[in-house]
Amino acid sequence: MSDATVSALKGAEARGLVTLRDAGLTGMVTLRADLATAARAVKRVTGADMPGLRRITQGQGCRVAWMSPDEILILCEHATARKLAFDLTEALTGQHHLALDVSDARAMMALTGEPGPLRDVLAKITPADIAALPLGEMRRTRLQQVAGAIWFETETEARVICFRSVATYVFDLLAMSAREGGAIGYH
Amino acid sequence: MLTFRCPCCGIDACETELAPGGEAHLKRFGPGSSDDEFEGYLFLRPNVRGVHFERWRHAMGCGKWFLAARCTATLEVFGTYPAQVSAPPPDILAAIRAKRPDWSLT
Amino acid sequence: MSLRLPDGGRLIDRSQTVSFTFNGKQLNGHPGDTLASALMGAGRTILGRSFKYHRPRGLVASGAEEPNALVNLGQGKTHEPNQRATTTELFDGLTATSQNHWPSLEWDIGEVNALIPRFLPAGFYYKTFIHPRAFWKHVFEPFIRQSAGLGKAPDPKQTDPDRYEQFYAHTEVVIAGGGIAGLQAALEAGRAGARVILCEQTGHWGGRAPVDGVEVDGKPAEAWINDAVQELEAMENVHLRLRTMVAGVYDHGYVIAYERVSDHAPASDIPRHRLWRIRTARVIAATGALERPLSFPGNDKPGVMLASAMRDYVVNWGVAPGARTVVVTNNDDAYRTALALLDAGLAVPCIVDARPRAEGALPQQARARGIRVLTATGIAGVKGLRGVVAVQLCAQDGPGTVTEDVVCDAVAMSGGWSPVVHLWSHCGGKLTWDQDGAFFRPDPDRPPTDQHGEGFVACVGAADGALIATSTMENASIKTRKMLSEIGKMVSGSVPAVTAATEAPMRPVWMMPATAGPKKRAKMWLDFQNDVKVSDVQLAAREGFESVEHTKRYTTLGMATDQGKLSNINGLAILAQALDEDIPRVGTTTFRPPYTPISMGAIAGEARGTIFQPLRRTPIQGWHEANGAHFEPVGHWRRPYCFRRKGESHRAAVNREITATRTSLGLLDASTLGKIVVKGPDAGRFLDMLYTGMMSSLKPGRCRYGLMCNENGFLMDDGVVARLDDDSFLVHTTTGGADRIHAHMEDWLQTEWWDWQVYTANITEAFAQIAVVGPKARAVLDKLGSDLDLSNAALPFMSWAEGKIGGFDARVFRISFSGELSFEVAVPASQGRAFWDALLAAGAEFDATPYGTEALHVMRAEKGFIMIGDETDGTVIPQDLGLDWAISKKKPDYLGKRAQERPHMTSPDRWKLVGLETLDGSVLPDGSYAVAPGTNANGQRNTQGRVTSTYFSPTMGRGIAMGLVLHGPDRMGEVLEFNTTKASPKGETPKTVMARIVSPVFHDPEGEKQNV
Repeated sequence: MSDATVSALKGAEARGLVTLRDAGLTGMVTLRADLATAARAVKRVTGADMPGLRRITQGQGCRVAWMSPDEILILCEHATARKLAFDLTEALTGQHHLALDVSDARAMMALTGEPGPLRDVLAKITPADIAALPLGEMRRTRLQQVAGAIWFETETEARVICFRSVATYVFDLLAMSAREGGAIGYH
Repeated sequence: MLTFRCPCCGIDACETELAPGGEAHLKRFGPGSSDDEFEGYLFLRPNVRGVHFERWRHAMGCGKWFLAARCTATLEVFGTYPAQVSAPPPDILAAIRAKRPDWSLT
Repeated sequence: MSLRLPDGGRLIDRSQTVSFTFNGKQLNGHPGDTLASALMGAGRTILGRSFKYHRPRGLVASGAEEPNALVNLGQGKTHEPNQRATTTELFDGLTATSQNHWPSLEWDIGEVNALIPRFLPAGFYYKTFIHPRAFWKHVFEPFIRQSAGLGKAPDPKQTDPDRYEQFYAHTEVVIAGGGIAGLQAALEAGRAGARVILCEQTGHWGGRAPVDGVEVDGKPAEAWINDAVQELEAMENVHLRLRTMVAGVYDHGYVIAYERVSDHAPASDIPRHRLWRIRTARVIAATGALERPLSFPGNDKPGVMLASAMRDYVVNWGVAPGARTVVVTNNDDAYRTALALLDAGLAVPCIVDARPRAEGALPQQARARGIRVLTATGIAGVKGLRGVVAVQLCAQDGPGTVTEDVVCDAVAMSGGWSPVVHLWSHCGGKLTWDQDGAFFRPDPDRPPTDQHGEGFVACVGAADGALIATSTMENASIKTRKMLSEIGKMVSGSVPAVTAATEAPMRPVWMMPATAGPKKRAKMWLDFQNDVKVSDVQLAAREGFESVEHTKRYTTLGMATDQGKLSNINGLAILAQALDEDIPRVGTTTFRPPYTPISMGAIAGEARGTIFQPLRRTPIQGWHEANGAHFEPVGHWRRPYCFRRKGESHRAAVNREITATRTSLGLLDASTLGKIVVKGPDAGRFLDMLYTGMMSSLKPGRCRYGLMCNENGFLMDDGVVARLDDDSFLVHTTTGGADRIHAHMEDWLQTEWWDWQVYTANITEAFAQIAVVGPKARAVLDKLGSDLDLSNAALPFMSWAEGKIGGFDARVFRISFSGELSFEVAVPASQGRAFWDALLAAGAEFDATPYGTEALHVMRAEKGFIMIGDETDGTVIPQDLGLDWAISKKKPDYLGKRAQERPHMTSPDRWKLVGLETLDGSVLPDGSYAVAPGTNANGQRNTQGRVTSTYFSPTMGRGIAMGLVLHGPDRMGEVLEFNTTKASPKGETPKTVMARIVSPVFHDPEGEKQNV
C-alpha cells in the first residue's frame, strides 16, 4: 500500500528565520531490553554500536538513539522497520525484551538554517538547554505543551520528533517561532 | 520552579518536564492488612517541613521515575536516586546529614 | 507650568520631531523622549486622577516607580490601560488618554471625595458597606464598581493583533540593571569567562551616573559607559539586552525577564513582548536605589516631584516641571538637583533642608552659587489647586506654624534613598536595617538559596546600600568577584576610580513638620497611587493593625504596581512611630514579582489561535473536517460528535447514524482508543494485578473486557485486552486514558514491582483503528477481500486475528461497544486514511454511515454498557455498577481489592446502577437527582439517586437513562421522582419528572446481535 501511506504532515513546509519541513515517513523501531546484554544482537541486526547515555550511533542504513536506560529507538527506512523489529525479536530470543515497529506513532520534522537562528528558534519552545546540546545527542524534552525530542544532524540542521497526533501543533509551533521578525541573536 | 537531575538520563530537568508523585518509600498494604495499616498506606502522610523523600517522573524526558531527597522549607535538593530501592541509599543519607547534622531518619 | 528647555537633553534628538496625541490633542516631542518627558515638554502637568479621591496628579518620578502617570495607550485592538508614561518611549503616532476621571481630566466630579477625605479613611469600605445587607446588590456594589479600578478595560470583543513569544535561556550569571554597577559586574563576570546575560529595563545604558555628574577614571561617566558597553559587546560569553526588565527571581535559579521588543517602535510582524525564562547559577541585582518622597502636607500636588526625577528630566530630556523650584530635602544628594536646575537656567528660590546643619560639599556649592539654604526647616503646606503656586515654610521640629511663603511652581523633594532589593527578596532573601542610611538592605547572612543550599543572588552597588557613586563601583566589583569565585570563576585587576562629590549624612525625616497635627497629617501622602496618607496608617495602628502585613492590606499601602517602591519605608516608619517601635522590629512587607507589571500577552506567549493548546489529530481527522463533523473535545482529541448532512440537526444526524448502524453498517474512527503492549514473562501476573478480572488465563487469539481500579478501589479505566502470544498482551484503554494508564503501569513496574520482567510500550498513535459495525459489517470486509477467515466460527466474538484486509496490514478484533456485529480493525496510521476511504467505497452499497461519539454513547447506553467518566466519577467502585462478574474471586490481590473491602465500600447502602425510564418517554436531565422524603440538616431535599447517563434512544423510541440509586437493583419497577432545572411559569417549585427503575440493558438483552 505504499502509494496510500502518508506522513502526518504530508510534506508541509514553512520558511522564515529557518526552513522547516516535514521529514516524511521514517521507520522507527522501539526496543526495550537490558541494553548491555542486548548490545550484540543490536549490533548484528543494525550494524550500530549500542549508544551511550542520550547518544545516537550510526548503523547500516539506520541509526540507534538512546531513549532511556532500557530503551532505544532505531531510525531507518519506513519500509524496513517491520522487518527490523522482527529481526530484533529473533536475535533476542531467550532475552526478555520488547521490539516493536512504531514508525507511524511519530512524526519527524527537519529544520535548516544558520546555526544561531536555528538554536534560537528551538529555544523558544523548549526548556532544554539548547546551547549545550552537542551534535549526535538526542534530547527528549517538552516542546511547549507536548513531549518531543530534538537533535542536531549538523550545526545547520536539526531534527524534531513528536507523536503523530500532535504533529500539526508542533509544526505550527515551530513555524511561529521561526517567523520573520522574531530574531533574537542569543545563540 | 524546581530542577532535579534525573538519575536515569543525567538531564537537569526543569519542573515542567517532570510529574510529581508524592511521598517515596511507602510500604504497600494489600488484602489481609488491618484497617489501620491500610489507612496509613493510603492516606496518612507526615507532610514534613524539612527533609522529604519524594517521587518524580521524568515524564517529558526519559519517562523514568526517580526519587529525590529535598528540603520542603528551603527547596534544597540533597540528591536524586533511582526508584528501585525501598529505603534511601547511604550516599543520600550522608549528603543530608552533611547539610542537616540534626536530622535523623525516623 | 512645565516646559521644554531651550537646549540640553542628552537622550533626545532635537533635530527631529515626533507627534503624538494625549486626550485627543496633538502634541510634539523628540525621538528619545518618554511619553512623560514629552508631556512635560508640552506643558501638561496634570496627567491623571488619583484612585480614591480623584485628586489631580502629575509626575512624581521618571522611571518604573512612577505611581501617578498611568495612561491608556493605543486605541481599539491595541488599547491597553495602566501604562506608565515614564517608561513609555515616544514614537510617532502614539495615542494616550488619561485615566480615572469623569467628565474630564481638568474637572472631575469625583474630586468631591477629596473635599471630604475624612469620609474615606482607611478601612472605610470595610466598615461602611456592611449593613443593611439588602443594600449590597443595588446600592453599594454599583457604587464601589463605579469608583473602583484604574483605566479602561480593553474591549472584550477585540482581539489583540500583536504577537508575543517566549524564550528559554540557560546561563551562569544574570545581571539585572545596566547602570555603572551592573556594567562593572558584567565586565568582571565577562572577563572571568562566565556566561552572562545583562538586562537593562530602559532603552539606554548607564543608569543615573551621567545625570549625577559622576566621573570614572577621570572621564565623564558617559565615556566610561560607552567603553564598557563596547567591551561587553565584543565578548562572546556576554549577552546584552536593553528594554528587558528582570521581573522576578524564583526557586533554583529561575529568572523571568520581560523584554519589550517593539513597544518603542511598533511594527506589524515583530513580536511586541518576549518573556525570557532563564535558568542561571547566579543572579546579580544591580538594580540601584529609589528616592523616597517626603511626607509634608500637599506633597501629592502636580509639580511636586522627586528631586532625582526632576534632575533626570532636565538633564536627560531637557524638560522641567516649572521655572521656579523649591528643593526640600533631608540629605545632600538633592542639592545636585538645585545645581542642575541652575545649570539649565532655571530659578531655585531656596533649598529647604530639614537637617539642623548642611555644611557638606554640595550645600557649600549651592550657597556659593547664590542659592538660599534654609536649615532645620520644613514645608507646612503647598498652595495651589491644580499645581503649585507657593510653598509655606515652617520649622521642621514643630507643629507647622507657617514662617514664610515662597512663590514657586515646582517642588523637588528628597527623603533619602532606598536600595531596590526586590530581586533579593522574591525568593526569600532577608533584609537588615541600615541605621545610617535609614533603609533596608540585603542581609548577606540570609540570602535566597538555590537547590544546592547556596545563596544565589547578590545585590551590588546602590542596591546593596552603596549609594554614593564612589563606593558603588567598588562594591559591584567586590561582590561580583565573590560570587564568581563561588562558581569557580576567577578575576583580578583594578577597579575603576570613581570621582563624585562627598555627601554628609542624611537625617531620617518621616513627617514634615515633625509634630504636625491631624489636619496636616491627613494631607501627607505616603502612597500616591492608592491614596494612603500618614493619617490612614496611624488610624490602622490605633485600630489594632499592628502587623505591617495587616496594615498594608487594611490601608492598601504599597499594593498594586507600587509594590513598595516609593511608599514602603515611609509607611513602615509611620507605623513604627505609631506603635512606638523600631522600624526593623515592625518588619517589612514581602516584595512580590513582577517588579513592574508585565503583559498578559507575554505570559501567554505563542499559545493562542491554532496553537493555544495541542489538538490531537487522528489519521482520519481530515476526512471528518471535510465531511460536516461537529466535534467534541475528548481529552486533547477532537472527536466527531456526529456528521451533519445539509439541513440536518445534530439530533437528526445522531438518530440517522444509530439507525443505519443498527440496521446496516456504521463506521467509527476509534483511533483515539489507547493501545499499550505489555510483554514479558511476568506480563500475565502484572495484568492480573492491574485489572479486577483474571487476564493471565486468557488464551492467545482471544480478547477479554477488564476493569482497572486505583488503590482507592475506584474505577479508573476499562477496556478490552487481547492476548497477542504467550508473553504479550495488547491493552486497550479509553480515549482519554492512554497516557494516564501507561504512566500508571510504568509507575507500578518501576517503583513497586521492579523485579518483575515486564516491558510496556504505548503504541496508541501507531495505528488507525476503525470500528466496522452493524449487520453488514462482515459483508463489507469480505467484499474488500481478506486472507483471513472472518466467519463467526473462525473468528468468534471476543477473538482477534492478524492478516490482510483489502491489501492493508490489519489486526481485526471481534469486540463490540454497540451490541451489533462489530469488527474493530487496526491498520498502520500511515494507511489509516486510505483504509477509511476503501471502507467507505466498499460500503456504499450497504449505506456505510460514519458515526460519531454521540451515536456511540447512545448505542452503548441502549446496551447498558458503562462509560468511564459518565457512570464513574472517581468515587464509584465496580460493585456499584453491578460489575461483580468482572471481578475475580480467585485472585488474592489486585490494585483496589483491599480498598474495596473497607467498611464504607461494602455498605449495602451504596447507590447502585439501574436503568431508568421516564413514564412520559421524555429524556431525563443529565445529573438530575432522585428526591427522597424529608430534608437534610441544611434544609435541602434528601436524595436517593442520580442520573449518570441519559439519552434519547431512536432504537427504543424514547428517553433512556442509567443512574445510581439507593438499593436500586432491589427496587425494580419502582417509580422515582427526579428534579429538573425547569421552573414552572410562575417561578415556583421546579417541575419534577417521574421515572421507573428498570434493567440497564434496554436493547437485545440476550446479546444475540453481536454474536453472529
